[in-house]
Amino acid sequence: MKNIPISAMIGLFFTALYFLMAIFAPLLAPYGMAEIVGDVWEPRSAEHLLGTDNIGRDLLSRMIYGGRTTIFIATAATVLSFVTGSVLGFFAAVAGGWVDQVLSRFVDLIMSIPTLIFALVVLSVMPVTVPVLIVVMGLLDSTRVYRLARAVAVDIEVMDYVEAARLRGEKMKWIIFREILPNALSPLVAEMGLRFIFMVLFVSTLSFLGLGVQPPEADWGGIVKENKDGIVYGIPAALLPAFAIATLAISVNLVADWVLNRTTSLKGGRG
Amino acid sequence: MSEPLVKVRNLKIGATVYPPGEKPHDIEIVHGVSFDLQPGKVLGLIGESGAGKSTIGLASMAYGRGGVKITGGEVWINGRDVLKSKLRDVRRLRGGEVTYVSQSAAASFNPAKKIMEQVIEAAVEQGKFSKKEAEARARTLFAKLGLPDPDNIGDRYPHQVSGGQLQRCMTALALCPEPDLVVFDEPTTALDVTTQIEVLMAIKEAIRDTGVAALYITHDLAVVAQVSDDIMVLRHGNTVEYGPVDQIINNPQEEYTQALVSVRSIEHDEKAPTPEPVLSVRNITARYKGTKFDVLHNVNVDLHPGQTLAVVGESGSGKSTLARVITGLLPPREGEIEFAGRTLSPDLAGRSREDLRELQMIYQMADVAMNPRQTVGTIIGRPLEFYFGMRGAEKRKRIIELLDEIELGESFIDRYPAELSGGQKQRVCIARALAAKPKMIICDEVTSALDPLVADGILKLLLELQKIENVAYLFITHDLATVRAISDNIAVMYQGKVQRYGGKTEVLSPPFDDYTDLLLSSVPEMRLGWLEEVIANRKMESAGN
Repeated sequence: MKNIPISAMIGLFFTALYFLMAIFAPLLAPYGMAEIVGDVWEPRSAEHLLGTDNIGRDLLSRMIYGGRTTIFIATAATVLSFVTGSVLGFFAAVAGGWVDQVLSRFVDLIMSIPTLIFALVVLSVMPVTVPVLIVVMGLLDSTRVYRLARAVAVDIEVMDYVEAARLRGEKMKWIIFREILPNALSPLVAEMGLRFIFMVLFVSTLSFLGLGVQPPEADWGGIVKENKDGIVYGIPAALLPAFAIATLAISVNLVADWVLNRTTSLKGGRG
Repeated sequence: MSEPLVKVRNLKIGATVYPPGEKPHDIEIVHGVSFDLQPGKVLGLIGESGAGKSTIGLASMAYGRGGVKITGGEVWINGRDVLKSKLRDVRRLRGGEVTYVSQSAAASFNPAKKIMEQVIEAAVEQGKFSKKEAEARARTLFAKLGLPDPDNIGDRYPHQVSGGQLQRCMTALALCPEPDLVVFDEPTTALDVTTQIEVLMAIKEAIRDTGVAALYITHDLAVVAQVSDDIMVLRHGNTVEYGPVDQIINNPQEEYTQALVSVRSIEHDEKAPTPEPVLSVRNITARYKGTKFDVLHNVNVDLHPGQTLAVVGESGSGKSTLARVITGLLPPREGEIEFAGRTLSPDLAGRSREDLRELQMIYQMADVAMNPRQTVGTIIGRPLEFYFGMRGAEKRKRIIELLDEIELGESFIDRYPAELSGGQKQRVCIARALAAKPKMIICDEVTSALDPLVADGILKLLLELQKIENVAYLFITHDLATVRAISDNIAVMYQGKVQRYGGKTEVLSPPFDDYTDLLLSSVPEMRLGWLEEVIANRKMESAGN
């Protein structure tokens, strides 16, 4: 683990910090998530390090629990979107012909509808629970991953080593998972960092609009929504989630960049 | 002796390397090279890839490509040390006094501009000629270089002329500003032999007529012997031997030079055909999907067990397409393929695992023929696992046996392709093919991407393995020296047809058909005066017609 560049170090530190906070939220949070412990919009104090929110809940506790929800949903949706998107993308590239045409045109069709509006429509008819949220976000986002995975795989698919595998008589499964996947990993990992951040923003947007995580559950988008009126009175509560999202985004990207550099090195990714 | 035009003293060139997992550091890639070049003379720089020959060529224009830095020494051109000159003076030098001809003309011309515009650009920019004068000079040069329709060819776009013609246009571009020195960087390497000889002739005559001095960079000693006065042999950035061409070719002193001169001296006696061929290609006609043009016309060839059939031809002759048809990647329109006594299904999906196992393939570019994320052990082990169900210790034992056969040894088992040299990579590909215990291997230009000495080693290995494993080779190549070295039967292909087919001695003995004659006489021979002889012969023939 030596030779980690300083930027990746910083990224790793903050990413780890956020993820640890999410995992150990119940231990770290000084108060309960929905517990009303003080007055409305109390300023910072020894009892409430970040003050209180619009109905007197401890803001630090809500930020920690909110981070947990946000990060969990974003991670689950990213994983779903990558598994679906890349497997389908590789499959389309390797199968070619009409399979590729049907899949690709279908994805084009989905992508022609703005994602946010599509999500709002779907979520307004479906019950808004966390699993539904994850599935909707993951599947909508998998169209982006599909296009990237297909583009990368099409380039790899014409390499002589894939041809050699075909001539050997290898089945689709070997070609996708043993020949293409290892070589497509570095662009996909870099994209994963980026898509994770988009997921964080997406779920926050949905919550802000009221179709995401439902109160009294906390998430960063929801905290902005609850406290946005405070800005008029000079209360910074609504800015804290924004700050959290920004730092998380930057640190995840620093890590993704580093992984990308490592996996594209000439030594076959062992660095 | 007059003052040399170019005087290079103790030239040192370095570059920064970025090895993964280590701190970037500087390495030296040329370690103190010195030479002189008199006006009107040609110095050939020769060496394998990585010898530093192109780097030295570019350094004579005070240029270092992509992070390469000239770290020491002197380069005097016309009595000035260009390494100490100001950038403004260097700009007068480049494209004025010194010009450059690169390996790939196709990649060097701007496809959106007409040829004439690009040929005269440097001369006009440097203020040597007005646009009109430069155009007139370019036309003269086009004529001198033997380009068709020299008055109008400049109005064409780069894609409207052939590869060989474009390379000559590039030579015209370099000669247009009346330079004192031209750096030719592998100008004929990417061309077919029949085209190469035309370009070589044109370059040689142009050098003689214009009295320009030249640095001629190539890896092909036979080529450089035809055009240069002096030769410098380079290896790993050091001068191995430097002297007049006659001495280097006829009386080389250093062991490395001797090896280069005597390369391709493999003796291989033709074997008699057997009654049962392992592969019979019958009346194959094929075209690519969506085109209306047959790439192969009625091709018939046989390959006998344990023998080698060489398929020779220039690019576009259909030889690689033949390989695709045989492997089932391109089902033919007509005809059939008999293999080991059974008729093969025309497309890959219809072939049995046995069919696939017995017919293996080795590719030209070993780099892309191996998955960069798999170790040598996985690459060689997969066919064992796939065809024979080998696992664990049994598989490992067989992998090590195969590694021994290709003269690499056990320590390579955990390496990745990127950690191997070009020749080692090709050896691993051979082992992968052998692992399947095939009856026949298709070798598609397996030595063309390798340096001559390395290629020699691969050919010897292939012949050796043929004796042990009794495997037949279908050997696709454009290199006639290779063909002589390894084949039992030869098929000469031209425009998708088999032009000449038979035993090696028969095919390589007169009387020849016109195309085979042209092909054979175009292969550079490693002796002085070969080019002149060929030119003289061809002129005589055309005068006789």
